[in-house]
Amino acid sequence: MSADSETLLTCIPRLRRYARALVGDRTAADDLVQDTLERAWGKFSLWRRGSDMRAWLFGIMHNLHVDQRRKPRLDTQELDEEASELASPASPPDALALRDLQSALSQLPDEQREVLLLVALQEMSYEQVASTLGIPVGTVMSRLSRGRERLRLLMDGRAASVALKVVK
Amino acid sequence: MSRIEIHEHELQAYVDGLLPESRRGEVEAYLASHPREAQRLQRYQQQNREIRALFDPVLDEPVPEQLRAAALVPATARASQRLWPRLVAGLLIACFSGGAGWLLRGELQPPRLVQLDGEQWQRASQPASFARQAAIAHVVYSPDVRRPVEIGADQEDQLVAWLSKRLNAKIQAPSLGSLGYELIGGRLLPGNSGPVAQFMYHDGSGQRLTLYVSTENNSNQNTGFHFAEEGPVNVFYWIDGPFGYALSAGIDKGELVRVASAVYAQLQHK
Repeated sequence: MSADSETLLTCIPRLRRYARALVGDRTAADDLVQDTLERAWGKFSLWRRGSDMRAWLFGIMHNLHVDQRRKPRLDTQELDEEASELASPASPPDALALRDLQSALSQLPDEQREVLLLVALQEMSYEQVASTLGIPVGTVMSRLSRGRERLRLLMDGRAASVALKVVK
Repeated sequence: MSRIEIHEHELQAYVDGLLPESRRGEVEAYLASHPREAQRLQRYQQQNREIRALFDPVLDEPVPEQLRAAALVPATARASQRLWPRLVAGLLIACFSGGAGWLLRGELQPPRLVQLDGEQWQRASQPASFARQAAIAHVVYSPDVRRPVEIGADQEDQLVAWLSKRLNAKIQAPSLGSLGYELIGGRLLPGNSGPVAQFMYHDGSGQRLTLYVSTENNSNQNTGFHFAEEGPVNVFYWIDGPFGYALSAGIDKGELVRVASAVYAQLQHK
């Protein structure tokens, strides 16, 4: 087994965790991980040896995710959002906090969710997040700040999410 | 409180434990006098904890075999492991049969290929490379499980309209349902001097068959069926005016000629 293979292998659990949080669905998340690994092999020559392979891999995953997002899905996302808002008061109270968190996360704009997950889940520094996503650190900070506040309002109640939509 | 200026990005860094130690005292003093802000940041810290609690269990899940394989061997190596023997076999056959073999075939089959002057030689060797191109396109795209075509059969009208437009000729996707082959879809490919089209079909067992359509034939001559064997791929091809057609599959010659006849008949009637 080559050293590169070994490093890739050790990255899989964290790639899967991030993908699961990013796209929600398990199969879609694992597909994203597989595409990322395949793309990584194709682009290995572009990886600067000694630099952070993890950030490089998450960058590849980010780009693939952006490509997928460009395919028309906006309408269905809006519909899902409406549907989950209607459905959630009826869900049993023991489904509770964590389920709500997942649903609230899925309602964040993708660019805010990505930043929040890289910070909270992958425990990246802001500079690492900036280089992974190819955006300035200032943008990372403003997305993080807005994402957290929006998540807090979403968790505090559905009324807040409706109000936010109107503002948007 | 305006004498201590605290920025929002410092509050975020405080949440994540990324605040430089030198600023920690000042931020804490600010929070002590701003309880609402302190409460807000506590909520953010709670978000971090909850996000990890929600998704950390994924770390302990066994890694699916498919992903292990993708990490161990590059996809291109996996593809070329499958592809190389076929391509090499195809090229070898093309090299040997493309020269002497073609002359022999010419003698055995259509009379018009017997006497090969310069121009005719070119004409005769053209279809041979045409068959090889079709076979390579078949070998490259037909094993692809997830993305065998660019446009699927569910958008057949769009597919046919698009390919017709790009090839600047009316292209058809023959219907082979009566022979047990359903259209999967098609794609545009580069030919010798411009675009060519490939339609892909499959039967109930997953056996795939491709029809390669070119409009690059300048001699404008009709030919009968020709057969070529490119490694494991059998190819029937013929030229009909400006069109060249090649039907490729890893199925036996008899079955392939049955499909080729049906394709030929349909294209004649349209």
